[in-house]
Amino acid sequence: MEGVERPVWAPAEVDLTKPSVARVYDYYLGGSHNFAVDRAFAAKVLEAMPDLPRHAQENRAFLRRAVRALVAEGIDQFVDLGSGIPTVGNVHEVAQALNPDARIAYVDWDPVALAHSRAILAGNPRATVVAGDLRKPAALLGDPALAAAVDLSRPVAILLVSVLHFVPDDDSPEEIVATMAASAAPGSYLVISHASNDSSGQPDQAGKAEALYNRTTSPFRMRDRTEIAALFGELDLVEPGVVQMPLWRPDSPEDIGPDAATYPGFAGVARIS
Amino acid sequence: MAHRELVDYLTGQAERLVGVLEAEHDDLLTAYRVGAALVADHFTEPASLDRTLAVLGTELAVLGRPDRLAAVQGALAAGFAAGLKERVLAEQENIRDAALSARSAAEEARWTSEARFQAIFAEAAIGIGVAELDGAIIDVNDAICEMFGYTREEFLQQNVGTFIHPEDSPGVWDTYRDLIEGRRDHFRLEKPYSRNDGDSIWTDLVVSLVRAHDGTPRFVVAMVEDITERYRLRLQLEHQALHDPLTDLPNRTLLFQRLEEALADPRPHGRVGLCYLDLDDFKAINDTLGHAAGDRLLRTVAGRLAAAVSGTGNGTLVARMGGDEFVVLVPRSSGTAELVSVAEAALAAVRRPVTLDGRSLSVSASAGLIERVAGGGTTAADLMKAADTTLYWAKADGRDRWAFFDADRYATDIGRYELSAELPRALARNEFVVEYQPLVRVGDGGLAGVEALVRWQHPDRGLLGPDHFVPLAEETGLIVPLGRWVLREACRQAARWRDSHPGRPLLVSVNVAVRQLREPGFVADVREALAASELEPGSLQLELTESTLMGTTGEPLRRLRALADLGVRIAIDDFGTGYSNLAYLRNLPVTGLKLAGTFVTGKTRADLPDRVDREILAALVRLAHALDLTVTAEGVETAEQAALLRSLDCDLVQGWHYARAEPPEAFSARLAATA
Repeated sequence: MEGVERPVWAPAEVDLTKPSVARVYDYYLGGSHNFAVDRAFAAKVLEAMPDLPRHAQENRAFLRRAVRALVAEGIDQFVDLGSGIPTVGNVHEVAQALNPDARIAYVDWDPVALAHSRAILAGNPRATVVAGDLRKPAALLGDPALAAAVDLSRPVAILLVSVLHFVPDDDSPEEIVATMAASAAPGSYLVISHASNDSSGQPDQAGKAEALYNRTTSPFRMRDRTEIAALFGELDLVEPGVVQMPLWRPDSPEDIGPDAATYPGFAGVARIS
Repeated sequence: MAHRELVDYLTGQAERLVGVLEAEHDDLLTAYRVGAALVADHFTEPASLDRTLAVLGTELAVLGRPDRLAAVQGALAAGFAAGLKERVLAEQENIRDAALSARSAAEEARWTSEARFQAIFAEAAIGIGVAELDGAIIDVNDAICEMFGYTREEFLQQNVGTFIHPEDSPGVWDTYRDLIEGRRDHFRLEKPYSRNDGDSIWTDLVVSLVRAHDGTPRFVVAMVEDITERYRLRLQLEHQALHDPLTDLPNRTLLFQRLEEALADPRPHGRVGLCYLDLDDFKAINDTLGHAAGDRLLRTVAGRLAAAVSGTGNGTLVARMGGDEFVVLVPRSSGTAELVSVAEAALAAVRRPVTLDGRSLSVSASAGLIERVAGGGTTAADLMKAADTTLYWAKADGRDRWAFFDADRYATDIGRYELSAELPRALARNEFVVEYQPLVRVGDGGLAGVEALVRWQHPDRGLLGPDHFVPLAEETGLIVPLGRWVLREACRQAARWRDSHPGRPLLVSVNVAVRQLREPGFVADVREALAASELEPGSLQLELTESTLMGTTGEPLRRLRALADLGVRIAIDDFGTGYSNLAYLRNLPVTGLKLAGTFVTGKTRADLPDRVDREILAALVRLAHALDLTVTAEGVETAEQAALLRSLDCDLVQGWHYARAEPPEAFSARLAATA
């Protein structure tokens, strides 16, 4: 109807006949929070990119290291954008293990992921699920549900882990990052990990996976290292800058796999001053 | 799990298994629990079990007890499988719950949205109707039912097509067709509708197209706001903007609109007529009977005028311009005769007595008529101005009549107006010159002096005589500075002649207008002119008309006496044409009379006066001499006239017979020639 605006947040279609990025990712991590349609899709991607479960675990390991590092820096609030289904080694478990008072807001737009997250976070008053679309950062930042979950006037860690490769250039990911960073209090941090076809040992694999995802509701946009670094804009990157995910502050030399330097994804953490 | 954590974890589990192998009793439950713990700690991949069993089989064989090792491996595998099964079931249960609750949340949201829409639809103050593409109305809300005066059931039997209204703006149904055929998604306009009870309502209508998922047109939603009140108010305001509140006749604005339209009429030979009408002596009626009565009179006249011309058709319009001025516009005039008959009908309508406060009042009006061919570039303002001027001719010609526009007369009027406007600048730019007409002694024909006559050296029109501008200067008051300038100039010139021809006393005679005499500074002006030129006061003569002098009392008269006391001579100009109080004449400080030319001439300017005029002339000369006044005769054009005046013992003469007015150089030459 003319003149009647769609609300800022409207639940996406609940269509269990279509694969969901969140559930497929859970499958890569070895979870069973998925349906046949997700597993069928995952199977096709795995055919093209057999290393994907390992990559997913590496990404999860990066998330764990980054959260621990930020808790060590005194950060006690986290906003996980595009959180999906928080299964193994999720942010609240990692952060609250080190600081039980840490607050976490999980933001996603997949209604099943949201419902699942609500179920597993029930009874954890410091971890909240917020329905929102990270492509509309201004609306998201103005959402009272987010404001109730974290105090944006204090430093916060904004996590964009393994999600910006689902944001096409038309939706201006740089602007999304810049808007989020600009509204965060000084001393906040921004964390990005992003799939890449750059320096990848299997560029062909990545290309095939990208093509598969492009047939879903969440098309894939691989970016090279320069493009991923550019997402941080003018922000100050902390050591070691934008690097292959396994190389970001590994726990020990033994944790660095043999093919870390060709890992198809980059990560970085920046401090907002 | 970091590498070190992993090593520590696995070492711990391995130690538990070693403990089982080394224990005295079988403790297969611990091995089972280790298997389950692996799953709980997220080692869910089949490879985890595979590698675990393989490593145990080789590494723990050294402890001996192969039977127990096989049993431990079996228990561990069972624990792993059971844990995995439980975990998978739990996760599947979780995700199903999540999917279900997401679905029900979506349902809830949809239901809420639907309920919200239903509430908006049902309770909206705005009328909403939904129709199929074929025009069948399938849903309406209460507001639209009330607006249109139908029950819901009646409404649902209507078709969109039944709502065509005679006042629909052109193209609205084409726009509607564009919408239902998907060429546009919405439109908005003001549309009238007929209610069920036959009344018309005006609405602000927004029509939107609802498309199916694939984009094909599906429904039409109309949102209707009743703006009847607003619409009527707007009509009323428009009416007020274009009509005179007192008489409700069209006002100046509307008249100009119609006049401009008529003048722009592209049809060949279309004629536009205007009759500009003004009540005679309306001010007197207003002053004596009061404004309320004046207003009633205006309303009566307005009604009569409108009735008088209403039968003429052709878009004839009566407008009130304000005050007591009315204009009849005949936008498609068939010719002069039609305009004249309109004017006569209008004047006759005004002439019928009006009863005001029980009194019968005779009213009349004057009218100026003008007609133009449309499309000739005449502007409405030009035409109105010309009609207004023509109206004043009718007034000047005696009122209660019409006058028809005359281009020549208009040009003269306009010319006068323009000249009058130019006068001040002309004075500032020194465009005036003084010429001198010789005054001749009748006795010996010698030069006795000059009359100073002002001329205007107009940059476009050439040399203009005083008739063209002195009356205008008198009207506007410019005669005061102009007269002052002429006086100084004449005195200066007279002094120059005195100096160049010593021993030849010359009189310089200067005309003075009544306005000059009324100026308090006039005596000072004369003194200054004399002082500046060092002219003897006795050489200066001021000419005043008979009417000026006879009406002079009080301060102006004292001024005259003061001038006379200075020694300045004072002559009565055009004596005999006005009314002179001969008794009063004795009391005036006058030194001479100038006889009007009409006494000197006969039927034509070249003839001698007839016997009676001759007697009057003789009597006037005798009268003047009896009063000890010099007599000057003007307008002498022939030798016979000159001879007559000589015989009557006139003192001075002037006229074309002797000399015309001439520039000072010419008179200088004349002086030199007669030395």
